[in-house]
Amino acid sequence: MTGTGGSLDRREFIRILGPGVYVLFWANDFIFAQQPGARGYPEDFNAYLRIGEDGRVTCFSGKIEMGQGIIASLAQMLAEELEVPYESVSMVMGDTKLCPWDAGTNGSRSIKYFGPAVRAAGAEAREVLIELAAERLQIPRERLTAKDGVVFDRTSPGTKVGYGLLAKGKTIERHLAQKPSLKPPSAFNVCGKSLPRADFEDKVTGKAQFAGDIRLPGMLYGKVLRPPAHDARLKEVRADAAKEVKEARVLQEGDFVGVVHPLPDMAERALALLKPVYEIPEATVDNGNIYGHLSGADARDNVIEQKGDLEEGVRMAALRFEESYFTPYVAHAATETHSAVADVQEDSATVWVGTQRPFGANEEIARAIGLGADKVRVITPFVGGGFGGKSQVGQAVQAARLSKMTGRPVQVVWSREEEFFYDTFQPAAVVKIASGLNASNRITFWDYHVLFAGERSSQNIYDVPNVKTVSRGSSFGGAGPHPFGTGAWRGPGSNTNIFARESHIDIMAAKAGMDPLEFRLRNLADKRMIRVVEAAAGKFGWKPGKAPGGRGQGMVCLDYLGTYVAAMAQIRVEKTSGRIRVDRIVHAQDMGPVINPAGARMQIEGAITMGLGYCLSEEIHFKGGAIESLDFGSYQIPRLSWVPVIESVLVDNTEIAPSGCGEPPIVGMGAMIANALFDATGIRMNQLPLVPQKVKAKLA
Amino acid sequence: MEQAIRFRLNRRPVSITTDGERALLWVLRTEMGLTGAKFGCGQGHCGACTVIINGEAVRSCRYPLKNVTGKEVLTIEGLAENGKLHPLQKAFMQHGAVQCGFCTPGMILKSYSLLQKNANPGREDIIRALDQNLCRCSSYSRIVEAVQAAGAEMRGGRAS
Repeated sequence: MTGTGGSLDRREFIRILGPGVYVLFWANDFIFAQQPGARGYPEDFNAYLRIGEDGRVTCFSGKIEMGQGIIASLAQMLAEELEVPYESVSMVMGDTKLCPWDAGTNGSRSIKYFGPAVRAAGAEAREVLIELAAERLQIPRERLTAKDGVVFDRTSPGTKVGYGLLAKGKTIERHLAQKPSLKPPSAFNVCGKSLPRADFEDKVTGKAQFAGDIRLPGMLYGKVLRPPAHDARLKEVRADAAKEVKEARVLQEGDFVGVVHPLPDMAERALALLKPVYEIPEATVDNGNIYGHLSGADARDNVIEQKGDLEEGVRMAALRFEESYFTPYVAHAATETHSAVADVQEDSATVWVGTQRPFGANEEIARAIGLGADKVRVITPFVGGGFGGKSQVGQAVQAARLSKMTGRPVQVVWSREEEFFYDTFQPAAVVKIASGLNASNRITFWDYHVLFAGERSSQNIYDVPNVKTVSRGSSFGGAGPHPFGTGAWRGPGSNTNIFARESHIDIMAAKAGMDPLEFRLRNLADKRMIRVVEAAAGKFGWKPGKAPGGRGQGMVCLDYLGTYVAAMAQIRVEKTSGRIRVDRIVHAQDMGPVINPAGARMQIEGAITMGLGYCLSEEIHFKGGAIESLDFGSYQIPRLSWVPVIESVLVDNTEIAPSGCGEPPIVGMGAMIANALFDATGIRMNQLPLVPQKVKAKLA
Repeated sequence: MEQAIRFRLNRRPVSITTDGERALLWVLRTEMGLTGAKFGCGQGHCGACTVIINGEAVRSCRYPLKNVTGKEVLTIEGLAENGKLHPLQKAFMQHGAVQCGFCTPGMILKSYSLLQKNANPGREDIIRALDQNLCRCSSYSRIVEAVQAAGAEMRGGRAS
């Protein structure tokens, strides 16, 4: 494979996953790079569903619920094919003992890749149940049909039998040689509706349990000593004062030093009394020199795409452009900090983890405590926001180690400082683009180099004859030039790549003296993309004209793993402070048939608002391995007062399969706001975030 | 220093003997068995730990237990009465003002304190009240709609 960071080639992926178009997308996924033993989804539909004697259906999914709403949309997909009422389906998610293996909940892939597996399971189970009913009722199979969990005779609807009676709560032994086809969207009854979410009532009443809400008999609360910098080395630690705290125990294994206590706040108090001495190497990189550091860092170049001849494109160009773009380290900052409870016994362990990757957590925990992965059960309660950050499970490893050391269940809930410190940030990155325009303002060449962000969405979407796209280094895993851990952050790689590409497109449009919308339409050939752009422009009421035009409008269009987006923003700039106010955003998204429109709109609105953070304020400050942004005072995330009017257009498209929703809306935010800033003021900023001080300095 | 502290919690008298300097949040979440108030930052920045004390929204992560003596504490678990959801709870559900749900108890209780004072808040009133409550999933615009709808229902109007 040409992707970054992978150890398996494409053939290997196909062998592991079995045939399927998804392989091409999954090939570059870091999860697989980390898991050479990665499996595909099981074929037996019993792995996904169980029908109780009372007719209630349980759907098992290795995906987890962290707010994105698949607790509803996956249940809808199963109910649709199985022909049962939506309300009869309960979801069991992220329990490694009960649920089919899954790589992790990320990349907006639950609907797109797990959805078909659930639908296929539901469709096959339905057909088997109809066969069983035919035998039981002694009626030819062709006369039977299923609806609302009941199989009945079309010619005599009173002759019927319920799924509950047919399945009796057991595994259904029979399978079909020929798998039934899935319903076309035109036949959907359950999908496509804004059905309510089963988790809402528990979440508004306080009943919903997150990992930190779990209480076990005899459970202790653990805290682990945190170094002042990622590269610090613990020389010694004095624990006398901590041990003075009544009922506190201090535990140590090498540089792993922990405190446990029957009360969480007392564990914290005891931890604060530990007196460690660290050796901290002198910092060489910080916010001031990180981009120079990254530009000079050596790593493997992966050619993502290549066509035509760049030199020919340069010769054809009447205007040439060269620009660099910069995006900083950004924190996930979920409202729930990393939390886990581990109950480690002699030869088995049960661990409740707020994680996006229960099966990966299972393996990591098993390794850390020296048990086989089959002896560890990970249960995922509700996850209080993930955004990629809860793919790492350091807190669960801490809890498991402390539980093993004490012989008691141990809960670990990270403090907000720990949450920032141990975060696997969106990597700081640099993008360098050279391009050219001919006399008709068509792009003649596109020479694109992304350093250390990853390649997702780096592919050019415009109709350009001569293209080269190169991605340097790995986007994930913290190896390479980063002074601390980095990882997937909602829309990984794409936030950087689309900021660069769509800013650059506007720079070319401005130089060409063209309206940014007209310029894009002239250079786009993809009819599906053009349709999405026109849908956004129509709703927005785009005012044509070259930028800067004092209107404060900006746009982007993009393809995120097959979901198409066009979005437009209206902003104002407060001249005295340099502060950007975003008044309105119109967001058009084509993700194929939409399973739950209300849920989709919630994801779009949330992603857009969250994206304002990395546009306007979010940047991790650091000196070497020491993180300086450790709280919500120094690291500002979006608040209610920032929220613009958001209008979502769900572009109707039944030509493609249902695709991802929750990440595509965030990845265009940087360029859209930077382009709007340029239109409003003539200031072009190639580096995020667009903080007031910098805007003000440029305005002066 | 250990001391006996008595207060009312969700309309019932409770007492506990413990160090009065401890934060109310942890006593609620451990000894009192009420995990609806969440730990989000412990620094008063995020509002996930918000509870109502004598009608006022308070950040329980910074509130010393001893100060609650003799007062009336309401947590999210006590908001629904006799199994009937509060209009705010219904409105948050109806308007999809919930995603991961972690900030939700704090958001609802902060909104509750606002509606006690102003049953018909405008958008600006709601922004002022809730701007220090963080929601990383960013359900903010729906939270505004939900608070207004709940206010309407509480005034006797029709909840939209």
